[in-house]
Amino acid sequence: MRIIPKEVETLWTLFTAPVIWAGHFLACYALAAIWCAKRGDLGFAVVQAGIVAMTLAALAMIVLSGWLAWRQWGFGTNDPPHDDPSATDRNLFQGFATLLLCGLSFVAVLYVALPLLFIDGCSS
Amino acid sequence: MAIAGGFIWLTVIGLLVHATRHERTPIDERIASRLIFWGGAAIPSLLLFLLLGYALWLMPGLRPFARAGEANGLRIEVTGEQFWWRVAYHPADGGVPILSANEIRLPVGERVEFLLKSTDVIHSFWIPALGGKMDMIPGRVNRLSLLATKPGTYRGPCAEYCGTSHALMTFTAVAMQPAAFGEWLAVRANPSPGASLPGRDIFLRNGCGACHRVAGTQAEGGVGPDLSHMGSRGTIGAGVLPTDDEAVRSFIAHPHLIKPGSKMPDFNMLPQQDIAEIASWLKGLE
Repeated sequence: MRIIPKEVETLWTLFTAPVIWAGHFLACYALAAIWCAKRGDLGFAVVQAGIVAMTLAALAMIVLSGWLAWRQWGFGTNDPPHDDPSATDRNLFQGFATLLLCGLSFVAVLYVALPLLFIDGCSS
Repeated sequence: MAIAGGFIWLTVIGLLVHATRHERTPIDERIASRLIFWGGAAIPSLLLFLLLGYALWLMPGLRPFARAGEANGLRIEVTGEQFWWRVAYHPADGGVPILSANEIRLPVGERVEFLLKSTDVIHSFWIPALGGKMDMIPGRVNRLSLLATKPGTYRGPCAEYCGTSHALMTFTAVAMQPAAFGEWLAVRANPSPGASLPGRDIFLRNGCGACHRVAGTQAEGGVGPDLSHMGSRGTIGAGVLPTDDEAVRSFIAHPHLIKPGSKMPDFNMLPQQDIAEIASWLKGLE
């Protein structure tokens, strides 16, 4: 049995990476806000570790989504523009667009996580 | 940051001029793809990453919060009300807060933490000479840390539209030498000796104390501004008029003409003599 299906023919896979970015963004800010409002005994390190873990998970999922998109695009064997009115070209176009969105989301997730390098605690 | 922005702008405009001025010669498709990938995606992402990192690194300096040991421990709680400022100085030793209104004093060279609140609508606290503005939101406590580096008197407006007299809601921030500030605060911790004038009894008899507090008297109201040391403030009505006899008299008689939308009713029905007595007593509270 395959874990990853050989082919997924749906428009929704296009949005996987941006949805992961949005979820990661929300989760990071919600975690920090709730943690700082509740002031647990464990300190800010929990938030830092949590954001690092969520960032790595988000990046891994985006890479996976990107690999699937690359596969859908035929591993780069066909050059754009895929503008023939055919099922093949529609499929290739979607794969290529998904791959580009994966790249964008990868960078965006890194940008979201960047402040972590400079934050050392909740403001008093 | 500005230099980097200017450099990027010049590069992009330079490329644009280059692209429009020079004759069109087709370039190899592989080279074009690589150019788009590196010039259009990879390098801009990397540059943005570096600039964003630099900006985030600068951020604590732009809006610093007092670190442990750096602050002098004084916290000033400012509550926005329609249309004035309730001020409470919380001493470092956790003693009784010292109440005031519409004027903020702070020591030069010491970082002071402000706790910003609101009881009615959103206001915004801003001393442009000392730092950025910060909203005062009902139900929340926003923190702002300011450091005055030069003694002086600075103006602070309400920077978020809050109703009819929004434009008439200001305060003065006075930055003083730490020693002078300490003395000033110590004086404010006690009732003003004031002058024993008949205005005091007229003030109390007419119920002014239901809304206004004057330390050392039965006036304990918390609806309107604290008047304990009103005579020592430069302005009345949250920066609307100077603290002179005539202005105080006209404010008592017609607060709505001077400050539309204020909660204080007109006291024009009092005899002019009584109003004058109240005004000179209040002005004497230094």
